[in-house]
Amino acid sequence: MDYSIEKFLWAFLGLFIILNWGMLMSALMRRIGAKLAGRIGVPLYQPWVDLLKLMSLKTWLSHGVMYYIGPVFRLVGGVGMFLFMPVIFGIEIWSNYSFSGDLILLLYFQSFGMLGMAMGASESGSPHAAIGISRGLSQFAAVEVPMTLAVIAIAIQHQTFSFSEIMAAQQGGIMNWTLFTNPLASIAGMLAMLGAMSHSPFNLVKAPNEIPIGPPTEYHSSFLSVLRTNSAILHVVEAALFMNLFFGGADSWYMYIIKTFFVYFISVFVGMVFPRFKIEDSIRWFLKWPTAIGIIAVIVAAYW
Amino acid sequence: MQKGINNLIEKFGASDLEERRPGLSFITVENTKAVAAITHLKDIDGYTVLSLITAVDWIEDGIMQLTYLLNNPAEIAEIGLRVMLERKKEAGESMETIHHLWPNAKKWQQELKEMFGINFPGSPNINDDFILEGWDAAPPNRRDFDTKKFAEETFFPRPGRETHDPAEHMKKNMYPKNPADYTNKKYNPNR
Amino acid sequence: MEEDKKDKFLAPENEIRQVTAPDGSIIEVNPLEDYFSQDRPKPYKVRKGPVEDFLNWARAESLWVLGFGTGCGSIEIPPLVTPRFDMYRFGIQMRATPRQSNVFVISGYLSVKTLKRAIRAYEQMPSPKYVVGLGSCTINGGMYYDSYNTINRLDHYLPVDAYIAGCMPRPEALLAGFEGLKKLIKAGKGHKANEYVENLDWYKANQKKIIKDWNMPDYNW
Repeated sequence: MDYSIEKFLWAFLGLFIILNWGMLMSALMRRIGAKLAGRIGVPLYQPWVDLLKLMSLKTWLSHGVMYYIGPVFRLVGGVGMFLFMPVIFGIEIWSNYSFSGDLILLLYFQSFGMLGMAMGASESGSPHAAIGISRGLSQFAAVEVPMTLAVIAIAIQHQTFSFSEIMAAQQGGIMNWTLFTNPLASIAGMLAMLGAMSHSPFNLVKAPNEIPIGPPTEYHSSFLSVLRTNSAILHVVEAALFMNLFFGGADSWYMYIIKTFFVYFISVFVGMVFPRFKIEDSIRWFLKWPTAIGIIAVIVAAYW
Repeated sequence: MQKGINNLIEKFGASDLEERRPGLSFITVENTKAVAAITHLKDIDGYTVLSLITAVDWIEDGIMQLTYLLNNPAEIAEIGLRVMLERKKEAGESMETIHHLWPNAKKWQQELKEMFGINFPGSPNINDDFILEGWDAAPPNRRDFDTKKFAEETFFPRPGRETHDPAEHMKKNMYPKNPADYTNKKYNPNR
Repeated sequence: MEEDKKDKFLAPENEIRQVTAPDGSIIEVNPLEDYFSQDRPKPYKVRKGPVEDFLNWARAESLWVLGFGTGCGSIEIPPLVTPRFDMYRFGIQMRATPRQSNVFVISGYLSVKTLKRAIRAYEQMPSPKYVVGLGSCTINGGMYYDSYNTINRLDHYLPVDAYIAGCMPRPEALLAGFEGLKKLIKAGKGHKANEYVENLDWYKANQKKIIKDWNMPDYNW
């Protein structure tokens, strides 16, 4: 792998673009939601203003070392997912630090942030944070099952654990996408995505009214700005992950922005339509239909 | 006459019957016989629901009145049982507790102790705070408690507050030329 | 004598007690000192210049309101998120936790019991923070001016940036009040939190005069 300064700078530029696109996208989605309710909605620059304001707030609080490290872990989870996944297919400078086993590393990085957050949130001592994080971890364990099954099915189908090769296999027309070559794995994966994005049916983790904001209850000022930066990055990167797996990846930044928008929009759309699941219902739901479809997808991929 | 009233008058010497409407009567019993009367109403006459316990401070007559409102769901009937306690200058009237008949009575009694200073010896947690936290003045719902004076001494009133009698104020401001118009139906149809 | 010194409102779990450690030694635990910070807050430095002006603009355009309805006036806040009033377009949104909010709307009358919670929530908010008094009750007691249990003047207990008069003010008035608060912040006058810290003794004396069961630390970090 190439570890030169130049490579690092390109990756950093990519991260910067992704961060700003994530913020713009969150404002866009909030505006779309507002239009659905007949409101006008936030100005497009609101996420940046919020971030600036959070950074300008004063804090004298300390809950211990893990409290400081929690948001950093969370950010590392998002940035790590970005770094080890090729951004644009076929362009060397936008391939980041992807390598032949990056799909497995990505699956690990998905839960990395959640684990860091668990340690930081429990250090803050707020009971709401403890409730939120226990819900988050148990739901994430349930989301991982169909997602991993879908990834295994795709890995068997293409005989590889490398993003670049999976993306390469999907090039040359819309009918080569995994969505059409392996629909069962795609359905399982996209249902798991709804949980991974933690939008409305599965957002009990951060239920703002029942358990004030959940895990980040005690996080404020700069800590919260780190968390919000991460959520902007993570939403784009999660969307890119599923875009790469099922929708043929992107061969230019235009394609990247359009496809991530629509993949993210699926989860927002479902969130606008369906109300929130209780945590036990959401776990049961993930372990029922998406898991069953995922198992069938693996069997089909192995014995077809 | 609704069910149970005859028993109250014959067995417990109740007096001052007042029938407000079919199914709602108020009657007065002596405070020594009150708990026995309530038990009788609950166990024999079917008044199984304790709607509320409340108090009225008759400061001029030197009486503190307790009212037990009992409900009979089968007959759709209610009896208000009035008990007249002798009002003491400082708080501390005493009445027998009825928490053994209805467990929820202890909350009503806790509130009466806090707001009126009526004691119910033996009622659970009777001395705990009900709504006022750390209250150390006189019970605020007794009529000799001057809330305005208390508020002025405690809560930093903002100077410059004016109070107007609504009728006088309207006469002066809305009908300045001829105040008699205020009572004239032609100009003021609400009158 | 010993009885007189004892704080009769101290919660049982906050009393000084002796605990046996795992190694068998006996240690004394004073929860109010051991579990809570006893430090006095310090005023933060108010800077000047174009950078601070820009940050003030950001603070004004992103008002996060604590979702804590203290009185009847809180019924005027939910309409603000509906299509008719839509406060999101002004950069105002509700937050569920004091740690993440910087505007505290005292909505209507404030009973002594609620004041205690309001002080705790206010002190937990990160500076710079703003207090908006909604309704006549926060200004001079309103129709509850002679009540035994509601405060008359909010500015004796918390530093108030903006008052919105009325009983009740309509949601439009609330939006206008927020606009006024924005103007204050953009002009660099939104530093009442410092005033609270500098006059902490006066505020605490006023608060402790009416909150008799003060079973919490002097400043809730």
